[in-house]
Amino acid sequence: MTHSYPMTLNVESSPGEHLPPVQPPVQPPMQPLAQPPRQAPIATPPLLRLIDDAGHAAPAAESGGFALPPLTTLLRLYRQMVVARRFEAQVTALTRQGRLATYPSALGQEACEIAAVASLAPEDWLFPTYRDSIALLTRGVPPEQILASFRGDWHSGYDQQQHRIAPQATPLATQALHAVGLATAAKLKRHSTVALTLLGDGATSEGDAHEAFNFAAVWQAPVVFLVQNNQFAISVPLDKQMACRTIADKAIGYGMPGYYVDGNDVAAMYAVVTAAIDRARSGGGPTLIEGLTYRIEAHTNSDDPSRYRNAADVDVWRGRDPIERLEKYLVSEGALPAAERADITREAEELAAATRDCMTRQATSDPLELFDHLYSPSSARPALAEQRAFLAAELAELAAPSTDKGANR
Amino acid sequence: MTITTQDTGQAGSGASVAGEPETLSLAAALNAAIRDAMVDDPTVVLFGEDVGPLGGVFRVTDGLYAEFGETRVSDSPLAESGIVGTAIGMAMYGMRPVVEMQFDAFSYPAFQQIVSHVAKMRNRTRGRITLPIVIRIPYAGDIGGLEHHSDSSEAYWTATPGLTVVTPSNPADAYSMLREAIASDDPVIFMEPKSRYWSKVELTLPVQTAPMTSAVVLREGTDVTLLAYGPTVKTALTTAEQGAEEGLSIEVIDLRSLSPFDDETVSASLRKTGRAAVIHEAAQFGGYGAEVAARLTERNFFYLAAPILRITGFDIPYPAPKLEEHFLPSPDRILTALAGWEW
Ligand SMILES: Cc1ncc(C[n+]2csc(CCOP(=O)(O)OP(=O)(O)O)c2C)c(N)n1
Ligand SMILES: [Mg+2]
Repeated sequence: MTHSYPMTLNVESSPGEHLPPVQPPVQPPMQPLAQPPRQAPIATPPLLRLIDDAGHAAPAAESGGFALPPLTTLLRLYRQMVVARRFEAQVTALTRQGRLATYPSALGQEACEIAAVASLAPEDWLFPTYRDSIALLTRGVPPEQILASFRGDWHSGYDQQQHRIAPQATPLATQALHAVGLATAAKLKRHSTVALTLLGDGATSEGDAHEAFNFAAVWQAPVVFLVQNNQFAISVPLDKQMACRTIADKAIGYGMPGYYVDGNDVAAMYAVVTAAIDRARSGGGPTLIEGLTYRIEAHTNSDDPSRYRNAADVDVWRGRDPIERLEKYLVSEGALPAAERADITREAEELAAATRDCMTRQATSDPLELFDHLYSPSSARPALAEQRAFLAAELAELAAPSTDKGANR
Repeated sequence: MTITTQDTGQAGSGASVAGEPETLSLAAALNAAIRDAMVDDPTVVLFGEDVGPLGGVFRVTDGLYAEFGETRVSDSPLAESGIVGTAIGMAMYGMRPVVEMQFDAFSYPAFQQIVSHVAKMRNRTRGRITLPIVIRIPYAGDIGGLEHHSDSSEAYWTATPGLTVVTPSNPADAYSMLREAIASDDPVIFMEPKSRYWSKVELTLPVQTAPMTSAVVLREGTDVTLLAYGPTVKTALTTAEQGAEEGLSIEVIDLRSLSPFDDETVSASLRKTGRAAVIHEAAQFGGYGAEVAARLTERNFFYLAAPILRITGFDIPYPAPKLEEHFLPSPDRILTALAGWEW
């Protein structure tokens, strides 16, 4: 739709001559911000993939020069994805029962999540978001410690140093800068540590994502940015976040390699992430990887996707399932014997049971711990000690039998 | 900066050894503190905008790039959130970053990183991750600065649990407090009063003054306590001198630490004089002085002869240079305000 605005400026008039402003007789409706069709100067590039939707080895032209990982590796990734999905299903069920405050599910994104973690060496650091609980699980964080934050015990429930996993970040893209800083420190110390950070597609609009990409490239930090393009930021589709072809394309503007990968092909994700980590470790600097995937579930349990997307679209992506795809490939290679399947199922069910169990155990949060960690002991604050004592007295009063109310005052 | 692993940061020629007294500006004292900390501790790294070869727009990092090289001192890309965000990651990996925000108002892009992460990381991780970061922020006005170069942003930081916020008012404190801030295991917002950068005193380095989290009585008096910090300390001292001529005995306290607040020192003074006024450049409403007045009143109400006054900038944005003298609390304005009490 086009609107012609009456000219309010008389270009013929001499400078300094002020005409009374002319109001348009009718206010035209405002223009939409993003007017389709948007300019699309270059066609979207093909996705890099090693196994296609049907579970066949993809043509060499789509491989970007990457080789299929060995079958033993693929089998391990398959197991980890199946186990992770079982965890996801269990936690989602617990959330529906009201036993967790909230849980952002990565159902359908297992290939990205598992490939990220499987590519890391023990000394490497992971900087995840709220969405990436199964990455934590796969790196060895026990369910109880993952769920501590979602059930409201403490803001982060695991030992970040032991697992080399930063707290799951909620302020979008902020963790990417932390990853760059940590990687830079490792480089300064001549350590071989690499940092990998997970980001969402929406988060790439944040200033911190830009700053992280730029700092990493300028400092040649050993860091890998893995953007899980699940096509939504809560309700907002990616075409409202950016006008460029792909997120991976942005890499070129920063001076680092970028890869546009089929995020539901764990073989490709693993090959590309591993190569990026190796490159970072050997002094080759950062890489930006976009895994194209789909958020099958709602953003969190409190979201209602029917308000912004069609169930039919979800079905299309259910049909492109990362686990089924690898399973077909493994079966066609004769690499998934029944005993193996049974063992994977057993592991998944054991984990689900352990996850249910951990939710029945009482959280042992001590309210007075609220005061324990903010400052190092050497900078303990007297005024905070006063507030701690106040709460302690309040708690003592609550604990005292009601007949002696006030006895602890 | 290109951080190259080939680059070996050259250690300096040794931290300041007690030497001859020298005439030092506040900026030079800060410079010496960073240098000495870098000599003593190889994990101290310095980065920010123009802190390298230029030595910072206020020359606080002068000579450090030449002495320590690219690995320890570097010009970062021009992005404050990036500077603080990467400092967090570095601190997580055993470094002690000292970063510079070029001017007060230009720290705002880093607000989220400071408030959501620098301040909260230790608590969030139950003490497993501590962030020994010093964020240096040149602040306040009286330098004829154009817009955005004279903000007093301290209350944004003091309103955030988890941040230690300190501000020196003289060269000796500048050295001592910055050494202590860099040595601290917890993050410190180190606010440097721009208008005092070039004030000089004779000093022998290294100097150790009172702990950075304590307030100091700079001048004793019996009638009223003036609470000042950073740029207003000098104003308060001048006021005390003028007051003395008028027969008013003014005690001046340099708060030095805005968070934590040294209740003990300040309350002791207030219980002696019974009257207090807090002086700052920042606007009054919701400003730091409001907290000071409220907590001192709560703790010392029965010792007070009059309400605690806030003598501050007006509740307007910091003015353009030609008007700033009307904005800043002056000795005259302070004495007039004190005279307004019922004596
Ligand atoms: C700085 C910031 N702004 C807003 C939010 C609220 N928020 C949480 S998740 C989300 C969408 C993020 O989308 P995306 O980055 O694509 O990640 P996804 O949730 O799809 O994994 C928003 C807007 C936030 N957490 N942080
Ligand atoms: Mg998304």
